[in-house]
Amino acid sequence: MAAVLESLLRGEVSVAAAVRWVARSTRSSEDSSAEAAALNSLRPLRKEFVPFLLNFLREQSSRVLPQGPPTPAKTPGASAALPARPGAPVRGGRGARSQLFPTAEPLSTAVEGALARRGGRRRGPGPSRERGGRGLGGPEEGASGESLPWAGARRPRGSGSPGSPRLCDPPNLSNLEEFPPVGTVPPGPARTKPSRRINPTPVSEERSLSKPKTCFTSPPISCVPSYQPSTLDTSPWGLGLPQGCRSLQEEREMLRKERSKQLQQAPTPACPVPESGSSIPSRTGSLTAEPADPARVSFRQRLELVALIYSSCIAENLVPNLFLELYFVIQLLTVRRMVATKDSDFESSQGALDSLETPLFQSIHDCVFFAVQVLEHQFQVLSYLDKGTLKLLAENERLLCFSPALQGRLRVAFEGSVAKVSLMIPPSAQAVSFQPETDNRANFSSDRAFHTFKKQRDVFYEVLREWEDHHEEPSWDFEKGLGNRIRAMMSQLSAACSHSHFVRLFQKQLLQMCQSPGGAGGMVLGEAPDVLNMLGADKLGRLRQLQERLVAPQSSGGPCPPPTFPGCQGFFRDFILSASSFQFNQHLMDSLSLKIRELNSLALPQHEPGDEDGESDVDWQGERRQFAVVLLSLRLLAKFLGFVAFLPYRGPEPPPTRELQDSILALRSQVPPVLDVRTLLQQGLWARRAVLTVPWLVEFLSFADHIVPLLDYYRSVFALLLHLYRSLILSQENEGEMCFLNKLLLLAVLGWLFQIPTVPEDLFFLEEGPVDAFEVDIPASERGLDSVPVVDQQLLYTCCPYIGELRKLLASWVSGSSGRSGGFVRKITPTTTTSLGAQPPKTSQGLQAQLAQAFFHNQPPSLRRTVEFVAERIGSNCVKHVKATLVADLVRQAEVLLQEQLVTRGQEVGDPAQLLEVLCSQLCPHGSQALTQGREFCQRKSPTAVEALLPEETPAAVLSSAENIAVGLATEKACSWLSANITALIRREVKAAMSRMLRSQGPEPAARVERRGCSRACEHHAPLPSHLISEIKDVLSLAVGPRDPEEGVSPEHLEQLLSQLGQSLQCRQFLCPTAEQHLAKCSVELASLLVADQIPILGPPTQHRLERGQARRLLHMLLSLWKEDFQGPVPLQVLLSPRNVGLLADTRPREWDLMLFLLRELVEKDLMGRLEIEACFGSLREAQWPGDFSEELATLFRLFLAEPHLPEPQLRACELVRPNRGTVLAQS
Amino acid sequence: MILTKAQYDEIAQCLVSVPPTRQSLRKLKQRFPSQSQATLLSIFSQEYQKHIKRTHAKHHTPEAIESYYQRYLNGVGKNGAAPVLLELANEVDYAPSLMARIILERFLQEHGQTPPSKSVINSMLRDPSQIPDGVLANQVYQCIVNDCCYGPLVDCIKHAIGYEHEVLLRGLLLEKNLSFLDEDQLRAKGYDKTPDFILQVPVAVEGHIIHWIESKASFGDECSHHAYLHGQFWSYWNRFGPGLVIYWYGFIQELDCHRERGILLKACFPTDIVTLCHSTA
Repeated sequence: MAAVLESLLRGEVSVAAAVRWVARSTRSSEDSSAEAAALNSLRPLRKEFVPFLLNFLREQSSRVLPQGPPTPAKTPGASAALPARPGAPVRGGRGARSQLFPTAEPLSTAVEGALARRGGRRRGPGPSRERGGRGLGGPEEGASGESLPWAGARRPRGSGSPGSPRLCDPPNLSNLEEFPPVGTVPPGPARTKPSRRINPTPVSEERSLSKPKTCFTSPPISCVPSYQPSTLDTSPWGLGLPQGCRSLQEEREMLRKERSKQLQQAPTPACPVPESGSSIPSRTGSLTAEPADPARVSFRQRLELVALIYSSCIAENLVPNLFLELYFVIQLLTVRRMVATKDSDFESSQGALDSLETPLFQSIHDCVFFAVQVLEHQFQVLSYLDKGTLKLLAENERLLCFSPALQGRLRVAFEGSVAKVSLMIPPSAQAVSFQPETDNRANFSSDRAFHTFKKQRDVFYEVLREWEDHHEEPSWDFEKGLGNRIRAMMSQLSAACSHSHFVRLFQKQLLQMCQSPGGAGGMVLGEAPDVLNMLGADKLGRLRQLQERLVAPQSSGGPCPPPTFPGCQGFFRDFILSASSFQFNQHLMDSLSLKIRELNSLALPQHEPGDEDGESDVDWQGERRQFAVVLLSLRLLAKFLGFVAFLPYRGPEPPPTRELQDSILALRSQVPPVLDVRTLLQQGLWARRAVLTVPWLVEFLSFADHIVPLLDYYRSVFALLLHLYRSLILSQENEGEMCFLNKLLLLAVLGWLFQIPTVPEDLFFLEEGPVDAFEVDIPASERGLDSVPVVDQQLLYTCCPYIGELRKLLASWVSGSSGRSGGFVRKITPTTTTSLGAQPPKTSQGLQAQLAQAFFHNQPPSLRRTVEFVAERIGSNCVKHVKATLVADLVRQAEVLLQEQLVTRGQEVGDPAQLLEVLCSQLCPHGSQALTQGREFCQRKSPTAVEALLPEETPAAVLSSAENIAVGLATEKACSWLSANITALIRREVKAAMSRMLRSQGPEPAARVERRGCSRACEHHAPLPSHLISEIKDVLSLAVGPRDPEEGVSPEHLEQLLSQLGQSLQCRQFLCPTAEQHLAKCSVELASLLVADQIPILGPPTQHRLERGQARRLLHMLLSLWKEDFQGPVPLQVLLSPRNVGLLADTRPREWDLMLFLLRELVEKDLMGRLEIEACFGSLREAQWPGDFSEELATLFRLFLAEPHLPEPQLRACELVRPNRGTVLAQS
Repeated sequence: MILTKAQYDEIAQCLVSVPPTRQSLRKLKQRFPSQSQATLLSIFSQEYQKHIKRTHAKHHTPEAIESYYQRYLNGVGKNGAAPVLLELANEVDYAPSLMARIILERFLQEHGQTPPSKSVINSMLRDPSQIPDGVLANQVYQCIVNDCCYGPLVDCIKHAIGYEHEVLLRGLLLEKNLSFLDEDQLRAKGYDKTPDFILQVPVAVEGHIIHWIESKASFGDECSHHAYLHGQFWSYWNRFGPGLVIYWYGFIQELDCHRERGILLKACFPTDIVTLCHSTA
């Protein structure tokens, strides 16, 4: 490999030829014969070149940046195809480690020896597990890996090693755990598993507890390494190891111990330190940057050449991750200090410039020069970064100093950029609303299922709220806090078979809460506004910026973070894990798959943004937003689908032996994929919708277990993706090609995927993959979504927050170097969440449908959307209209028929089911009218709606066609539903009406009596019934005692009370049936007490009794209330119950005249019949009374019964003598 | 009417072991003249109910019931007209209506062939003239009309108050031209949880979005509020989003802590309602 590079450096081979050679294996006619010869001899090394180059650069920079290679590279070991050992059992012998050393070539025997030594040392059990996890939050090798391999957020994290004796530990040292320098080969089929880590670094025991679990992140460059650079071997190839690394075997042992310790501690929850805590280079502090001077660059030409090769490889997508390389380059740009090296050493090697034996970067000047060179080549990509990053780049003084031209271009790009990116989104979490159409009783198989689900919904949100309240508390643990409740709820669901309902709720809530980046950024319900409201609106903006800065960095962990579940997503992940319900998972997978298919095939805009008028631009904005919403939803759903689907297979490490792996492979290849992603990907590529399909597919695959990429099915998926990645050459911008930002998005997500630990490292460099097996014929002429600029920076950064690491790197440079506190101001663009639009209906086949399609083809997409929308809504409304008119009429008829039945047959209506059959057989035939009515409705309503929604300048012909299509679609929708369902609908409604009526036949029919309302003029000022009951109750309690001597009521008060009662009964606005019933009862009691003269009257002690006349007046009032105002039944017979009549027994002297008066009035006012009263007398006679009282009672009966039924005048006359009689009676 | 926790505690402190009679209420009003009568009654009632819930069990042991019944029999044996049952209830610190129920049940058990059903007892309590024993009927009636926290009359008053405030709220909504679905309409549509009113178009009150309004004609103390939150308000939120609860007789200020989450408390109908503007431009 070095030979290639060297021949390049010597100028024997042109860069272009080399890149062509690397990229395309075949000779190009452009290559000169000499070049071809030079390269041909190295042919077997071809695919080793790029990994070699990347490792070379890392290694070189590691010599410059004292803490070692800052940016990881995932490149395969060079050993896989070493010509020196063809067919040799490469496994175990050579590892990733060797790739760091160009002398891996057979030429260098000295190195060979060194390698052999090292390789031997490193051979050991289970090397593959050591090849590195993703670190922080990584799905696989977490401390809690055994039980809950995904418990990312809960893992203990010690970042930044605050307790460390050293000022600042280079995190990459601690990262040894994550990126151990393994010379390992996994037990894969003859492939090497190179390490992602490149440089071994020693670990010391005292720091073992504070390992920042960063992964693929940059260490703080400013930090002084723990091992002094002076200890480095200064030989050009760094063959010597730092002294600290002498005993790597010992380190291994330490690591292993450490790891097992952590595994044992696994379940302990730990403080959720922000993931990025360790990943942000801490460049503040006292270290100032060394100045960089273009005049002091050591080997300008050589650096230029390497930069060119490197840039060309980047441009040709030969590197696995574009942004990782950019990150590396910017690290070089912002190098703060150079490890002191003896200049003399370098001077001695001045002669061998064309050899690789001279260090590439000898000074900061070299680093910066190289970085600026590469950045110049990558200007195009840079210019598409967000405005903030552009500003930081343009403001970078080193860049200005080394390339004023690039700085100028960047400045121009910055000024022209509108790509403000905000990662903050106002929290939007809300509960999923209850929709009767899907959620009411009719959607459940039984009452029990319905009520169970009702409870589940509440439990679910209760759990969610509790999570929100507590998940940030260090001592809180999801499983401990909520696990049992979730499982209890799940078991109830299983019993009630309501999983599908719950899964729908779960999925909707997931989309609602997590779809926005805000949801992913840890913002949850109502947390932010609390603070914001307190500060007032003017400070809101500033605070939000601050909040954004605080929140945004947490959203990613380094340039290549592991797949995680940030923010609210953590809740859903933990919920799934805690529920551990097979049924739930299965339903969830079904539901997620369906939704993914649905969204993936959603018709999305395919037109360019209009540049003529603002109107279409408005449309365009909406379409772009819709795309973003769909894409983000898909990614979220796919992530969870991947998570759940691969959950049973997740393990912390790949199978230890080849045999085991083979048997697992044999087993797994039987399992059909949960979702046919390969077909979807092929279709996506074919339809040129990769920009929609690939990002979610990447999310899905990022959760694959170790075996998945080895399965034939998924291998072909990966091969397709790789093929796609290679083809996305950014510099090619042909007509019909994919748009730049679309490409950038795909490159970013794919690059990220290729860094996932479970994805085999060599996959990327496997050049002759089985791609050819899949003919991906992309019709070049067809324009698809890919060629529409649907991706903007906001979406790019939302999908790939790790791109923001570039900005952080630059920002930390600013804050460190010039003392300015953040040299950039971010503008905040509040983004609102939009809900998914209504699904366009599937149109029918046939010529008409084709014509309709053709009609829309040349019309603006908004026209089509409008028509489809109108059709969908009108069709739906049509059904409702039929329900409200025709069906409602039929139900009324049913009620009449039923009423007749009830009247004729009395209470014995017979079997309700039979009755229903009778009713339905009469009514259902009328259902056929539904179609006529439906058609008529659609014809009437659709055109006006279309007209109202389309712009006025729509040509008449277009308008009328659109209207006709809308009518047709709406009618089709409505009629197809109606013809299938109308009978069932009528039946259901009639059944409901019938059960309503039968129920109302039940108890207390009185309460259902048609009530008179108050008069129209009534202003509802009557006293409230509750108040009256309360007042009357007080009077009653006073009357029955016990009471204080001074207590009593005035006759006026009683009168007032009764007149108020009259008002209340007349107004009725606030009167409910129960209140009226109780008022009636109380009034009867009051009457009895009046008759028995038991109401204590306020006044002088001698006059504690009510005057006769007053009592009569009050009784009159009561009688009139009973007669006129009460609408419910008044229990007047209680007046003649033994208890109430018995009240008279206690009074001395007994006075019966009021009783007689009352009885007469009751009869006269037709409130009670004589017979009724006589019946009461009968029961009174049977009661036990004191002897004298019985006699008096008998006299009363006789008197009353003796009275003839006289017409009114005579009765009045009779009344005149009554007092006397009463007195006589009382005295007798 | 919105009380701080401290103010509330001061009132609650005065209610320990106070019998639920009109005399007690009168004293309470004198003690806290600045508070509205309805609020005081509501607090009293709730505090008393908490007390009864705590002590309920000890009054229902067979021994206790037997002892009460014997005391009752002795009492009425001496003087049937004396408030025997009421005084017994006050003496053992139990609600008169509930004491009446215990004795009635015991009495029917003794005199009937089968154990009395709940509905028979309820019906007799509602209408004591149905009680076969005249003395007991009077004693029971006396308990019921003198109990201001329990009993059929109190239940009815509470029900009526709740109904009246719903009507009041409905009127206010109509007056403000806010269209809504009421509980009956919601039930007819098959909603599983039904607040008093769901606004068809949400409004904003004090900057908070309101989808539904629940009327509570009581004082919102901790205990009842938490029960309501769990059984009703959160369920409404879970289905319809944020909403408003009106505690017509006030509430403890500190309980209004879920505003941001979507449950707003008020002690009256809000005055500053912001509605969605339909731009005519």
